[in-house]
Amino acid sequence: MVLKTLSHLGDLHGYGIVLHIQKASDELLSVEEGSLYPALHRMEQSGWIRSEWKVTETNREAKYYRLTAAGQKELLKAEKSFEQLVKGVRAVLRYA
Amino acid sequence: MSILRRIINSFHRSRVEQEIDRELRSHVEMRIADNLAAGMSTEEARRDALIRLGNRTVIRERATAADAELIFDTLLRETRHAARQLRRSPTFTTSALITLILGIGSNVIVFSVLNALILRPLDVPKPAGLYNVVHKSHGYDNQSYPDYLDFQRENATFSDMAAYRLQGAGLTAGDAAYKCWYYRVSGNYFDMLGVQPAHGRVFHPSDEHGPNSAPFIVLSYGFWASHFDADPRVVGTAVHVNKHPFTVIGIAPIGFHGTDVFIWPDFWMPIVDSPDDEGNGFLTNRGMHNIWILGKLKPDVSPQQATDNLNTVARELARRYPTTDDELNARLAKPGLMGDMFGGPARSFLAGVMVLAFLVLLAACANLASLFAARTADRSRELAIRLAIGSSRWHVLRQLLTEAVVISVLAGVLGTIFSSALLGALTRWQPFPEFPVHVAVSPDAKVYFVALLLSLGSGILWGLVPVRQVWATDSAQVIKTGAAGAMVFRRFSFRDLLLGVQIALCTLLVTSSFVALRGMQRSLHAPLGFQPQGVLLAQTDLHMGGHTDSSSTVLQKRMLQEAGAIPGVTAIGIINETPLGTGGSSTLVYRLGTTDFRTSNSVFGAKYFSISPAYLDAAGTHLLTGRDFTWHDDANAPKVVIVNETFAREMFGKTSALGLRFTMADKASYEIVGVAENGKYDSLTESPWAAMFFPLEQNPDSDTSLVVRSQLPAGELVPELTQVLARIDPSLPFTFHTWPDGLAFVLFPARAATGSLGVMGFLAAMLAVTGVFGMAMYSVSKRIKEFGIRVALGAQPLQLMHSALSRPLILLLSGSLAGLLLGAIASQLLGQIVYQATPRDPLVFAAVMITMTVLGFVAVCIPAQRALRIHPARLLREE
Repeated sequence: MVLKTLSHLGDLHGYGIVLHIQKASDELLSVEEGSLYPALHRMEQSGWIRSEWKVTETNREAKYYRLTAAGQKELLKAEKSFEQLVKGVRAVLRYA
Repeated sequence: MSILRRIINSFHRSRVEQEIDRELRSHVEMRIADNLAAGMSTEEARRDALIRLGNRTVIRERATAADAELIFDTLLRETRHAARQLRRSPTFTTSALITLILGIGSNVIVFSVLNALILRPLDVPKPAGLYNVVHKSHGYDNQSYPDYLDFQRENATFSDMAAYRLQGAGLTAGDAAYKCWYYRVSGNYFDMLGVQPAHGRVFHPSDEHGPNSAPFIVLSYGFWASHFDADPRVVGTAVHVNKHPFTVIGIAPIGFHGTDVFIWPDFWMPIVDSPDDEGNGFLTNRGMHNIWILGKLKPDVSPQQATDNLNTVARELARRYPTTDDELNARLAKPGLMGDMFGGPARSFLAGVMVLAFLVLLAACANLASLFAARTADRSRELAIRLAIGSSRWHVLRQLLTEAVVISVLAGVLGTIFSSALLGALTRWQPFPEFPVHVAVSPDAKVYFVALLLSLGSGILWGLVPVRQVWATDSAQVIKTGAAGAMVFRRFSFRDLLLGVQIALCTLLVTSSFVALRGMQRSLHAPLGFQPQGVLLAQTDLHMGGHTDSSSTVLQKRMLQEAGAIPGVTAIGIINETPLGTGGSSTLVYRLGTTDFRTSNSVFGAKYFSISPAYLDAAGTHLLTGRDFTWHDDANAPKVVIVNETFAREMFGKTSALGLRFTMADKASYEIVGVAENGKYDSLTESPWAAMFFPLEQNPDSDTSLVVRSQLPAGELVPELTQVLARIDPSLPFTFHTWPDGLAFVLFPARAATGSLGVMGFLAAMLAVTGVFGMAMYSVSKRIKEFGIRVALGAQPLQLMHSALSRPLILLLSGSLAGLLLGAIASQLLGQIVYQATPRDPLVFAAVMITMTVLGFVAVCIPAQRALRIHPARLLREE
């Protein structure tokens, strides 16, 4: 989901990602905002995203994340497997 | 990439944490700003932001823990898995371990020696910027003391320069007398090096006020501990050096062994003092090149700038003193190798051995690589299954690599432990009892680092070999057809190439060690210009008994008379310094009538000795024409000389030299009364050069080597000689050894080369055997079914042998030939160290061929037997 957000909106800081996910899921998925950061850190270490300190439009400094090529591929894979999962669930539900 | 980043992160843990903190803070600030915009109060906005974020510490820890978990967990898991795999195949593991322990261990040993003698800076408090200022031509490295003073005064690039020289003397303290080696050093020596005394004080430039003005000595810590029971009250007491009184003013610190890496002096004395009455001539004689200069560069001055500057000074000195400083020049050398006298040969020799050791390791890696590739092929079904159930190729590869690295690191640790023990023994070893030579080669951090690097490097090198195998694995195909796969039947595989390279390397090493051995054997029987067998040497310096050069001859005559009367002594003579000993001097020779004695006007430099009548006979040096000296050739008689063949030929061509004359810097005229055979004077590998012998009475010398030829064994002769000599002067310390033993010093380079090459050659031979054996065994075991069928169809044993062993044998042959060729090239280098080392020697050639054949036979013997013992019926039943 984080990857998806980044691929849609380009560079974004952590807070921005949180806002986007909350907005996109109509506040349905409102997790603890901080739990995003270990995930971001892990993705950065795996080389899926890259980060950079920049100044926001409100003149605050924040760490901006950007999707890398590896991240793009990972996103495609994740989407595909998610689709398969959905398909599978649908198939099972149809039989049920 | 990401693994690397994680490892780096784990070193910068705090930096990562700070970064996360900063990020969380920025998050909270933005949330607060939004909350404020949404109309909350400051307090409320802050509270809401913090609650929404959650526990900050937990987040930070989870983020960093992700790193740690990712690397250490995987690493630990894979290492454990690798260890389990290796335990399951103990034969492979042990053979790999032993191969690598030998390979890495030998590299660690050679590198330690290289490190201790060449790479490590001098063990002094301030080693930076220290250089020996030596003469440009290698081998004649000494400078003269007056030139030193001028260099020191007139250069612009050194902050200071000290001078020193090594001398031997007898030291008497109370009733005890010791034969010692000591340094005569300039007053600024200790100050320049930054050496502080352990007790008392050291001397300074302010102590020097002309010749014999500072009768002080500073004892080395080791000598003080072993000869004075480490008693601090020694400081301030009087001792006698060569019967001259000196005061002990201090004890040097424990780690300070002077400014040569492997010569440790017993004490230091100001250079202006002389314990001999004649020993100060060099302080004023610009032509006597017998000191070493150690200089400390000013900061920001490059060695090149300093060399240029010194040579400018040298040119000026040559203009000022054309006779003595005609060809003066300067070169900077790394300090510690006797003013670079040993620098050149030691550097090239050690670098050569290092290359050989590295080749052994490379051969070991090639060996293991083929073993490992075979093992991977055997495990191809396991690997295929792992790939089939979803393991990534990278993961499988990493697993294999971990196995290789685990073995290599383990072997590296064991190899280092084992070589440390050997190096410890080497450090305690004193190769020449009569010289203060120490080989301090204990490993340091640099050595351990290199050992680690070698282990990791070699592990990765041979661990990466199965990459292609893993990459090419088609899991479905492998699982269907079974383990054999298509690997064995390829015409020439990568593995064959590895084995070929390995055999070539091994043959190269075996060839070099044979060449060295043969050269060594020849040098023991080379024409030396004297016959050392059956000669006992009794050596002393009469200065130690307080005698002068001029009063020496009387004493020496008595020694010859009384020792010559010992029953069993067939011939006896005296020479000041034996040829191929450690001393001996050379001087320039001029044609008669020369008036301008500058270097460029000389005919050549000649080695010279002082001998007694009958010395030539006792030493076994043949007099070709003319006469030997008699005791009538004394100070009142005309000056006479015996020269060697080279001297006669180079000076006078084909005309007989007898009765002809020449002159030297002393302007006297010397008449040649005899021509002796050529000899070796400084080293076994030198090309023939001119030498002259003067009668003792016309050129007296306190250095005395009694050359005693006798049928008696040394054990019987020594006590009698001791008794006789003690009657003449009981205070003179003599050293006794047979002449062959006395040659240990000149034979040392050749011995060291032969020893180390022998070990390398042996290791290489072992590796070749295991390599060929492994390959032959493997191919037989893979094709056992095929052989069974062929036997059943009526194949003859010879046909079977042909198909089983032709490939290893072809490899052995081609590898050996390539290695022999390489060995021939490499041996050109060996010729500089080992006397007459040549690979064109048919004996060497034959020995290498025989060795390789025997090795090959040993290696394929067992696999061949196995192929022959195949019983088709049983084999087919088993299937």
